Amino acid sequence: MAFPIQWIPQQWNFAENFKTVWMGNIPFGLNYFNSLKLSITMTILTLLFASMAGFAFAKLNFPLRNKLFILLLAFFLIPSESTLVPRFIMIKWLGLYNTHAGLILMGSFTITLTFLMRQFMLGIHQEYLEAAKIDGAGYLRIFCQIALPIAKPVLATVGILKFLWTWNDYQNPLIFLMDRKLFTITLGMESFKSEYASSYAVTMMAAVSAIIPLLILFVILQRQVINGIAGGGIKG
Amino acid sequence: MKTITRETGQPAVYKRSFWTNQRRESAVGLMFIVPEFLGILLLGVFPLFFSLYLSFTEWNLVGGLEAIQFVGMDNFKDLLQDDKFYHSLKNNLLFTLGTVPVSMFLGFLFAVIINSATFFKEYFKVVFFIPHIATGVAVATVFSALFHPSNGPVNNILMNLGITEPPKWLGSTDYALVAIIIVVVWQTIGYNIVIYLAGLTNIPEDIYEAAQIDGASWLQRITKITFPLLGPTTFFVSITAIVGSFKVFDMIAFLTEGGPNNSTNVLVFYIYEEGFKNFRMGYASALSWVLFLIIAAVTAITWRAQKKQF
Repeated sequence: MAFPIQWIPQQWNFAENFKTVWMGNIPFGLNYFNSLKLSITMTILTLLFASMAGFAFAKLNFPLRNKLFILLLAFFLIPSESTLVPRFIMIKWLGLYNTHAGLILMGSFTITLTFLMRQFMLGIHQEYLEAAKIDGAGYLRIFCQIALPIAKPVLATVGILKFLWTWNDYQNPLIFLMDRKLFTITLGMESFKSEYASSYAVTMMAAVSAIIPLLILFVILQRQVINGIAGGGIKG
Repeated sequence: MKTITRETGQPAVYKRSFWTNQRRESAVGLMFIVPEFLGILLLGVFPLFFSLYLSFTEWNLVGGLEAIQFVGMDNFKDLLQDDKFYHSLKNNLLFTLGTVPVSMFLGFLFAVIINSATFFKEYFKVVFFIPHIATGVAVATVFSALFHPSNGPVNNILMNLGITEPPKWLGSTDYALVAIIIVVVWQTIGYNIVIYLAGLTNIPEDIYEAAQIDGASWLQRITKITFPLLGPTTFFVSITAIVGSFKVFDMIAFLTEGGPNNSTNVLVFYIYEEGFKNFRMGYASALSWVLFLIIAAVTAITWRAQKKQF
């Protein structure tokens, strides 16, 4: 390397590096697809479970509601890193080691996101729900046709946060997956690091490819992401 | 409710159904929280106690459940004599001390500067936030190239500045942790900026005007007004950051695997090593409980102090 640093390369190898990354020995395309599949599935499930629980905690009366809510928040004290070992054993028992189903099962319940959901739902006027009730709507219908449409902004926030966290997750795939065909993009990056250690061009191409969908998503939905993280005071 | 018995021709009688409105609402409410609650119980709470049980045993996964040996406090006794454990704890503390104050100070400073900017406020916010959302391992890949001892731009600049023997960064026992701290600070500043900016918008403008009339300098306004008024924000950010710093794993696992010579081994990575490389489930569980207690203590302090209203 020379000084001053050469910012513009003398030689362009874009096409070649692109080919090495996407059509080489490492099934990068498949890793990409796996990450997409896992992120989308977990996002949808999280949205479902978190919005249901959030709606019930915010808008329905049932015995022990507040106590159960505080209990749920207390469970937030348990860091997922400290339950890695027992979760590994449980997932093995369930026969879900080295499957996507195992990761999906573990990744579909997020307390912080349920909390965000509930805080937003608290702001929905009770009159809307009462009016629907008088018109004869059942709770499921009130939830689907009134609460969820009103909660669109928070659904977007929760959805994109979950998507980001899953896409970026390295720890869980590393521990719960073994088969290269099931690897996610983060594990794919690791394969590049070990196989193309000397070729920075190739690993950089892989790194850029891994980040680009997030960048696009973030630029489109920056307001939701930033407000969600700043407002909820949460960190992935 | 609808119990007008038209068929029998008897006078309409309103029978009280078991499903009163309140009962129905309760049932629906409970049904709605069951999936989330069950998921958390099964995948968060149960494993925690399961690992407490495991921490009193010795087990290497082989031979099924029958092979679990109860060893009492042995794992914890071993822990107290384990140099590697102390080492990882020490590294974790150094990591916390190296990342949290620096990242918070820079976050605060940038937030103040961005907040006083007239143009491109939103733009800076977004740009600084990108490292926080960017895939950690991809970021790590880029930094491992930047920090390359002989070809990396960092050392090239240092050598051109006349430093003949620049540090070997990730390959050196003295500098590997420093390199990781630099990466993590870069990653976390954006988050702190955003939180501080949110706090800054809540400070009314007239306080500054009054101070200016009284002749307070820019530095005085920052240190005597802005910083104290952002006290709760600082408190919140520091606790979140401390908790986060005890969970550090990705950067370590991806960049150094705890090395060289354990100089970057931290708690979560040590758990990973013992549990998933040496398959010492009991010992890894004991380590997990140490981690849990540290994080629970830090978080509990926040909650008590913050008195968040539910």
